[in-house]
Amino acid sequence: MPANPSSNGEVAIFAEHLVRRFGNFTAVDDVSFRVEKGEIFGFLGPNGSGKTTVIKMLTGLLPLSGGSAQVEGLDVRTDSESVRECIGYMSQNFSLYYDLTVAENLQFYGRIYSLEPVRLKRRIDEVVQLNGLGPYLNRLGAQLSGGWKQRLALGCAMLHEPKLLFLDEPTAGIDPVARRQLWDLLFELSGHGITFFVTTHYMDEAERCSHVAYIYFGKIIADGTPNSLRELPDVQPKGTLRVEITTPEVTRALRYARQISGIRSATIFGQSIHALIDDHFDLNELRGQLLKNGIAVAEIRPLAPSLEDVFVELTYKHQAQLEAARA
Amino acid sequence: MRNIFRGFRAVFYKEVLHVRRDFATLFFSLIIPLLQMVVLGFGIDTNIRQINTVVYNADGRRESRELLDRLKNSDTFHLIRYVENDRDMNDAIISGRARVGIKIPVDYSDRLLHQMGAQVLVLIDGSDSSVAGQAINVTTAIGLDESLRRVLQNRDTFAVDMRPKLLFNPDSRSPNFFLPGLTAVLLLNVTTFLTAFSIVREKERGTLEQLFVTPVRPMGLLFGKLLPYLAIGFFELCMILAFMRFVFQVPIHGSVLLLAFLSLPYLFVSLSIGILVSSKANSQAEAIQLAFLTFLPSIFFSGYIFPRETMPTIFYVISYFIPASYYINITRGIILRGAGLTHLWLDGLVLFVMGSLLMVVAARRFQHKVIMA
Repeated sequence: MPANPSSNGEVAIFAEHLVRRFGNFTAVDDVSFRVEKGEIFGFLGPNGSGKTTVIKMLTGLLPLSGGSAQVEGLDVRTDSESVRECIGYMSQNFSLYYDLTVAENLQFYGRIYSLEPVRLKRRIDEVVQLNGLGPYLNRLGAQLSGGWKQRLALGCAMLHEPKLLFLDEPTAGIDPVARRQLWDLLFELSGHGITFFVTTHYMDEAERCSHVAYIYFGKIIADGTPNSLRELPDVQPKGTLRVEITTPEVTRALRYARQISGIRSATIFGQSIHALIDDHFDLNELRGQLLKNGIAVAEIRPLAPSLEDVFVELTYKHQAQLEAARA
Repeated sequence: MRNIFRGFRAVFYKEVLHVRRDFATLFFSLIIPLLQMVVLGFGIDTNIRQINTVVYNADGRRESRELLDRLKNSDTFHLIRYVENDRDMNDAIISGRARVGIKIPVDYSDRLLHQMGAQVLVLIDGSDSSVAGQAINVTTAIGLDESLRRVLQNRDTFAVDMRPKLLFNPDSRSPNFFLPGLTAVLLLNVTTFLTAFSIVREKERGTLEQLFVTPVRPMGLLFGKLLPYLAIGFFELCMILAFMRFVFQVPIHGSVLLLAFLSLPYLFVSLSIGILVSSKANSQAEAIQLAFLTFLPSIFFSGYIFPRETMPTIFYVISYFIPASYYINITRGIILRGAGLTHLWLDGLVLFVMGSLLMVVAARRFQHKVIMA
């Protein structure tokens, strides 16, 4: 994914040494990153790693325990009210009023941002058109399916034309078609210069972002464009090669593969195994070793690491560091 | 731009929509207090009448029968059984069939006829203190009256004649006393629950968090929520007053307008309590528990059931911090005693100050706490 053309080097979010503690627990530990305007910034990490906490800190929902953050050039600690004027936020659970209709939900959020009636009407028309909500205007929020709830929530979050939108797991529990449509919409809006801060679990979504960061136990352990992350030495150490081994017996194959000395790590991906091997290790010899154990191998081919590989490698490495530190 | 009521109008419109859409909840929250009122208004009679009484009349002559007639005519005693020995009388009381036992000795008439003092044994079940108190008072009074009549046979008047006059509730009708107090409890009930629920629902749904990412200010949010329910509370007040006046025939001696006016600060306080409850509770179940925590003191320490003056000092002091204490003084004052603004302005002011304080506390809590939940 090339960097978005509309990104012009201006900063939308600038976070420095963010810390958030809950009692003894440090949920966010010295987190720093910057998001350029017009980027789609993917913020990834396992459950409970601190993604939502960071969003809450940047949107003024949670005070910072330490560090500083600027959103659209405004300090979130001293100017949180002005920050709220220029950002939109869509939470994990599509915070809509189920007993209000689609139109009433939109009107409410428009009024909250003090849009005067003429502009409110124009913006509602635009948002309805953009999100395809037209046929559902008089339906109650509760009667919408997941995908439409998400579109309405997005519509509500962008009524006031925010420059920066925070989307906290916008596609959780949404069918694949709705997911694809949402991303198409994000690209379109991003083309208009809107910055997106998106958290997600889906690696295919991460691949679509122009900039990703990976947070693990409150610390950012990777930050960059998807391509730059693939080339990190931790992910692709010197003298190693990443291969895909396609075999009908992945589970058994994995067990043996992990015992072969030339293989540094191996994980199952569907009908194949992704393995990191020494680059002088001959692929034919690998095939032979597996065959010796009665495992038929359909194909072995070199592979560029996926973002999932990247995060898995980084997570293992980080875990090992944590354990080493503890020992 | 720094309008501390930012978002008020938007929240207000929305809240009205919620209420209109969920008409069933509104209907039941308005009807149930009226049902409670009917049950309590018709069912509770604090005047103790017709106490079940067992009689052992060992004498049986005219004088003893006259005494029993007088007891019966007092309307306090209901003679359910005549027994022939002490044991049956005791059994009737222990089993709970009778609360009072009256034993007239065999020589009652004889002693009276010989100008000697006669004794009547009155056994009273002390397990209900108000029944016992009433039985003691009435039997003592009848005994005294009977004695005086015999002593003063030849004189027309008593030396000292006490003439008590009940000023504001001459018939001692229970509804007149109970319903103005009940009004305070019912209004508290309705408004506290409605506001608490309306906010806790937003917490559960996650919309409250969403609102805090918008430029809405806590005061705008809270007043936008409060005002529709203030209107509902006021409507409920009108229904309660109409019921009280026309169904229970409680005369309203003072100005209804003044009552309506002084009810506003009380509604404001109870709505603020609802908001405070919702700032603490994270689910509707929690909200119910917390709300009950505020109802109980309002019922027991406000003078609604027990007079504040007879409470132990500590509770008497507590009663000054209970909004219902002031409002009950206002309702009883206007409805029963015909009091005016000159008598009640202080109560109204105290309520208003309480409401404002609670509101500020609630707003601060929302600013600092809720958003971290």
